[in-house]
Amino acid sequence: MAQVSSISNKQTSPTSKLITLRISRFNPKHDKSSGFMEFSVPVEKWTTVLEAILEVKKHFDHSVAVRYSCRQATCGSCGMIINGKPRLACFTKISELNSDVVTVEPMNNFPIIRDLAVKFERLFDTHQKIKPYLIRDDTELESDQKEFLQSPEEVEQYIQFANCIKCGLCNSACPTMATDSSFVGPQALAQAYRYVADSRDKGKDSRLKIIDDSHGIWRCHFAGSCSQVCPKGVDPAMGIQLLRGYMLGFRS
Amino acid sequence: MRESTIMKIHYGTALASVALVAVHILMRLTMNYAESLEYENVLANYKFVPYAIMLELILILLSVHGFNGLRVILLELKQGRIYEKGVSYGCLAAMIGLIAYGSRTIIMTNMGMI
Repeated sequence: MAQVSSISNKQTSPTSKLITLRISRFNPKHDKSSGFMEFSVPVEKWTTVLEAILEVKKHFDHSVAVRYSCRQATCGSCGMIINGKPRLACFTKISELNSDVVTVEPMNNFPIIRDLAVKFERLFDTHQKIKPYLIRDDTELESDQKEFLQSPEEVEQYIQFANCIKCGLCNSACPTMATDSSFVGPQALAQAYRYVADSRDKGKDSRLKIIDDSHGIWRCHFAGSCSQVCPKGVDPAMGIQLLRGYMLGFRS
Repeated sequence: MRESTIMKIHYGTALASVALVAVHILMRLTMNYAESLEYENVLANYKFVPYAIMLELILILLSVHGFNGLRVILLELKQGRIYEKGVSYGCLAAMIGLIAYGSRTIIMTNMGMI
């Protein structure tokens, strides 16, 4: 499947340099296995991997499938494996990779729709499973008469976990996700901690019950890969360990 | 049984095993190491009731910890309702079998039947 295409020198600026972009191509409907297509793409110091892929779509092959939206690491759509590591394509500059060859592949542990686009159903299902919202018995939230004030210390307990953009990079990097198809995953577990640690929430017991099963929190082996790849600085591995503190009775 | 209860047992048996196996190894230092492994001296350990009880405890702790560890590995290896039930009950049966056979050996040796 390898193919080399390049843009003519007339189209490149004097400050740009040519890199080889290797894109994984796979269509489950037609292909038995994935292959790579290679493209020579001119890049500037500030060019991101997503921009290079869009350049390929514009000039060489519009059929390359890639999911993207905001281009500013907010929507979490463009997660992929870039030079062997799960990253956001819009948040990764090619100049930071220190390589003239950039290889992009779909995220691991996700079923492939086509090329670089993957299915997010499992991630959204597990996210929904842990009840990602504040649970309270009273109706004060609806009455609009009272605020649930929090001290800075109480906010500090969970605020970094609220930065999750559901990009799935943590699930892609998780070694347990690779073998255990029923594992809840670091994204959902970190979100479970986010709500359990929120002083306004009263749903701790029901959430802990959900993650306390044979494919729940105990299947995390603390490899820490999830925390290494998070583009928003969330530390799911720490959240999981803190959550275990609740399960073991060290925290309340 | 809830998974958190099983894992509490798992961690507890690990810590207790380390402590008791440390005692077991330290007991080898009461005499020359090679001498402590001689047939008669090994039998003497089994005939000393407090030591036999400790060996029985080590057997139970390691069996519980080991077979739960095996269950966890097998559950992560493959998924499926029937498979998972088979793994859980299979590991439980193997654990009971090992404890029963090991206990039989300890008791028979303690009573001088070996």
